[in-house]
Amino acid sequence: MSKMTRKKRHDIIIHGILILLVIILAFPVVFAIITSTLSFQESYEYPPKLIPGNQFVKNISDAWDRANMGRLFFNSTLISVVVAVVKTILALMAAFAYTHFKFPGRGLLFSVCMITQMLPLPVRIVPTFQLMATFGWINSYYALMVPFFASTTGLLLFRQFFMTVPVDLPDAARVDGASPMRYFLQILVPISKTNIAALFVIEFIFMWSQYLWPLIVTTTGEMRVVQIGIKMLLASEQIAPEWNVIMAGTVITMLPPLIVLLLLRKSFVQGIAMQTSK
Amino acid sequence: MHEDRFPGHKFLPYILIAPSIAVIFIFLVGPFGQSIRESFFVSTPFGTKTIFVGFRNYIRLFSSPEYQSSVITTLKFSAFVIFVGLSISLGIAQLLNQKIKGVGFYQIALIWTYALSPTVAGVIWASMFAPATGLVPYIVSRLSGGYTLNWMTNGRVALFVVAAAATWKMLGYNIIFFLAGLQNVPGEFLEAAQIDGATPWKAFWRITFPMLSPTTSFLLFVNMLYAFFQVFGLIDIMTRGGPGNATELLVYKLYRDGFIHLNTGFASAQSLVIFIVISTVAIVQLRIATRKAIYFR
Repeated sequence: MSKMTRKKRHDIIIHGILILLVIILAFPVVFAIITSTLSFQESYEYPPKLIPGNQFVKNISDAWDRANMGRLFFNSTLISVVVAVVKTILALMAAFAYTHFKFPGRGLLFSVCMITQMLPLPVRIVPTFQLMATFGWINSYYALMVPFFASTTGLLLFRQFFMTVPVDLPDAARVDGASPMRYFLQILVPISKTNIAALFVIEFIFMWSQYLWPLIVTTTGEMRVVQIGIKMLLASEQIAPEWNVIMAGTVITMLPPLIVLLLLRKSFVQGIAMQTSK
Repeated sequence: MHEDRFPGHKFLPYILIAPSIAVIFIFLVGPFGQSIRESFFVSTPFGTKTIFVGFRNYIRLFSSPEYQSSVITTLKFSAFVIFVGLSISLGIAQLLNQKIKGVGFYQIALIWTYALSPTVAGVIWASMFAPATGLVPYIVSRLSGGYTLNWMTNGRVALFVVAAAATWKMLGYNIIFFLAGLQNVPGEFLEAAQIDGATPWKAFWRITFPMLSPTTSFLLFVNMLYAFFQVFGLIDIMTRGGPGNATELLVYKLYRDGFIHLNTGFASAQSLVIFIVISTVAIVQLRIATRKAIYFR
């Protein structure tokens, strides 16, 4: 067999396996989308239906009304965007300080930033909740956002990138009489835009997925987030769960982070690649 | 190195890091310290008074059969999520890391599940496995000739289903990082091994895998955090720790004791035990990551 045909056959096998994997991985979501288009009766047909129905719009509007989805969508979007933006800004500032300046206590303060990794919410959950109560932040956007503002992921991402920037760049800026903040805002931040986009994707998805913390610090329907909306749809079952309506709610809940990921996928993948290559 | 590019600006670096440090102290370090303190106290019903009890919360914790079973459940669950998840992801990443057409398409088509939340993954899998009416019990019943798969009554099946759902959700994330790691393995090394007559299998374990160790150790840590904590929403949606306490992971027990039974001292003691486990793994992880690559001989 010639080398050419062997290579070809190898490629066809690889494509076949990859396409199969794409289908298997996507199947649960495809199944959810199909269910979201069925009527209640159709969703309980046996054997289960794998052909879409025509009740999609009705199911979406049922889910929307039942779980107050409009408000939940607004809340989730607001907290995800604000937290992602603030985290990015704080991480950029801290990474700039740690890479471009020498100051007493730098090593210690950097370690302090790194310990956030070891203190995820569950290891401090009761006192953090009590703190929210003390501040009067229960059922407020503050409680949903402020405790998330520190980001080790972002600090590491930008620190790594800043260290690859040639030193001539800040030196030239300094010689030209630019202040450090001017260099930071007009040169360093603009050339970091791939990493900024990557971090935005990571943090947006992270916040959009929050469940435990919103469950604890919010009690009113007005302040809930979309993930809890799914739980409310599931709990509002009468006799049997209305999977068609629940899946409709699920489908709209997964759209925003998917859109963010698809729109920024190039920067996201590049940002991760940059972080992995040390 | 970049250090000290702008000499003479003594206060600026402190101003730049102040917001991050403030958030960390107020919302992370402070509450964590308080968590340690509370683990030595019990509060009376209605929280009117707290009484110092020394290590009694810890003694109660370790002698509690429910806690022991929760530890074992968490270990089984995390082992599944980590090892099955990482093995499949590394296999897929390896397939993707070849010179074929359409890599860009496959890449996004295989990683997009990263954008799903654990809650979304949980509710979808719950619908697929819905007892008596769901798709999977139907298929199982057809293939086995009438076996009724009911994960809502069978604890072992329940743990398997939640672990499988959690693993599926994390595949996208793991694939992204493994693929990025694989792309950093210099091709010359593998070509040299090939010329020396090494089989692809041998080349993978002797060259690729050791060079991936920073990525692997990072993913081990992230997946552990995921399996320990972030799956809370998935468990709450799918099983609420049941049936019985077959899927009661540590984080779920912590939530129940702290926020349903309002047993703050007992919950804080649980927090501290979890912290010790995580920080140990984090330190090991950092050691491995900073060593760059480990070569197994």
